[in-house]
Amino acid sequence: MNTLDIRDVSVVYPASQGGEAVTALSDINLTIEQGDLVVALGASGCGKTTLLSLIAGFIAPSKGYLTLGDSSIKGYPRIACGLDLGDEVIGPGADRGVVFQKHALLPWLDVIENTEFGLKLQGVGKKERREKAAEFLKLVGLEDFHHHRVYQLSGGMQQRVGIARALANNPEMLLLDEPLGALDALTRESLQELLLDVWQETNKMMFFITHSVDEALLLATRLIVMSPRPGRITHQFDLNFNREFLACRDARKVKSSEAFISTREKILSIIHGDETGQEGA
Amino acid sequence: MNIKSTTALADTNAKNESKAPVLANKEFTPLIQKLMLYSKLKISKPSIKSGEFYGAPGAGDSRLISVVSTLLFIGIWALVTEMGFIDPLFLPSPFDVFQKFLDIANSGFAGATLIEHLSASLTRIFGAFFFACLIGIPLGILIGCSYILRGIFDPLIEFYRPLPPLAYLPLIIIWLGIDESSKMTLIFLAMLAPIILSARAGVTSVRIEQIQVAYSMGASRWQVITQVIAKGALPDVLTGMRIAIGFGWTTLVAAEMVAAQRGIGFMVLNASEFLRTDVVIAGIIVIGVIAYCFDLLMRYLERKLVPWKGHN
Repeated sequence: MNTLDIRDVSVVYPASQGGEAVTALSDINLTIEQGDLVVALGASGCGKTTLLSLIAGFIAPSKGYLTLGDSSIKGYPRIACGLDLGDEVIGPGADRGVVFQKHALLPWLDVIENTEFGLKLQGVGKKERREKAAEFLKLVGLEDFHHHRVYQLSGGMQQRVGIARALANNPEMLLLDEPLGALDALTRESLQELLLDVWQETNKMMFFITHSVDEALLLATRLIVMSPRPGRITHQFDLNFNREFLACRDARKVKSSEAFISTREKILSIIHGDETGQEGA
Repeated sequence: MNIKSTTALADTNAKNESKAPVLANKEFTPLIQKLMLYSKLKISKPSIKSGEFYGAPGAGDSRLISVVSTLLFIGIWALVTEMGFIDPLFLPSPFDVFQKFLDIANSGFAGATLIEHLSASLTRIFGAFFFACLIGIPLGILIGCSYILRGIFDPLIEFYRPLPPLAYLPLIIIWLGIDESSKMTLIFLAMLAPIILSARAGVTSVRIEQIQVAYSMGASRWQVITQVIAKGALPDVLTGMRIAIGFGWTTLVAAEMVAAQRGIGFMVLNASEFLRTDVVIAGIIVIGVIAYCFDLLMRYLERKLVPWKGHN
């Protein structure tokens, strides 16, 4: 069982022409264990996506280190790295699947070809990868859309394909960068439930970015609130609303509970800057 | 806010009333019906500017107009020449040109028939095109993917790209002689730059998320280049190929200026030396028609190969 460990990580983007160096992330400490669903919440520019890129291995920390199990995650390719602590240095890899806000499907492939793409990259035989892809398309409710062109699907369906594709690869960890941000409310709710089902069933580590406080509260086992300039984690909350939801399957009931409302108020006041300082719940 | 939108709706309804009394008795016109109404209006009133409707600027089928305008053009040409307004030495009539075209096709001109001239030219153009694609597409993609290759090749390409082929033709002849290889090389060079540059531009059109997701599914750098970037660049590559073929035709005459025995460009040049205006015009029309047909073929291929163009 692997653990993702982020220790004292900072990311400084070097000064571009005429500008100043930007500290995108400052002194981030975070541990994500098997079964954690960590949700990062915060205003634009607080470094949520930078944090996700770090975990994914797209960029390297300027300071500090990230480890996943025995491996140290570093950006790929050729970016100056910090300390070298792991047995093995890894960039982005199949152990950390990524889903972006706007789907990143490949338009020249149809739905099932997109879903099996990761398996194909790893040299899995055609029959086996088809079966696997079909299994995950069924999971996300797209079993009747195998040969549709991805650009003809609705936004919600495209995101389902993106999720199925990430899952088909069987990653240890799922990184989701506002995957539901561009969807309408109904689609969003059904995909939230889908993601929670997947999480419960597979017990994968998940790191989920969102702007929506409600979404964050409903999904998270741990909620981290970030604030900008420089991007840092200001608050952490351990939450249990997702298990409540999975038990009763009624989002409105969970969201109207007293605990939910008071936590939401608390987080909103943090975001709007009424509360300062380091505190956790 | 509400009041405003209600007035706007009332306005639209009023418009509908004035233009289509059939629908006027309905208080609320569903969107579909409104659209149908608009499309009907569009046909009956072609003078209405684009942008007034939901379509993109310039939307509509222009083929019929093209046919009519072409026929009209030929008609005017026939009229002014047949009426004797212009000396046939300057502009022969379209019928004379067509007659000459049949002559060349049957008995030839300047030592070869039209088919022979044409096949010589097509061999040059498509030979050069083949090699330009073979080298230009992979090179352009690699240049787009690597700052080292970009550093090496950018100055070279940017330097020679704007040069007129006629300027370096003498050099190529000195280096390669006057046979087929120099002609093909000249056309090849004219085609290479647009193909490389379009492939390179195609690389940048691939979204970074698509590349990152591929890495996150375990792709190697090489797999990303061949399975994501190269395919994502395909629409731009095809556009570059179309442009390149156009460059090929414009360079053809220059290539066939020196020591050619056959070739449609040679035929036109040769005819111009003898003031055979009818042959010149026939040759020009043949080049134009073939180039246009090939462009249509490329557009067809584009629709077949990259139906997802614009959806990336």
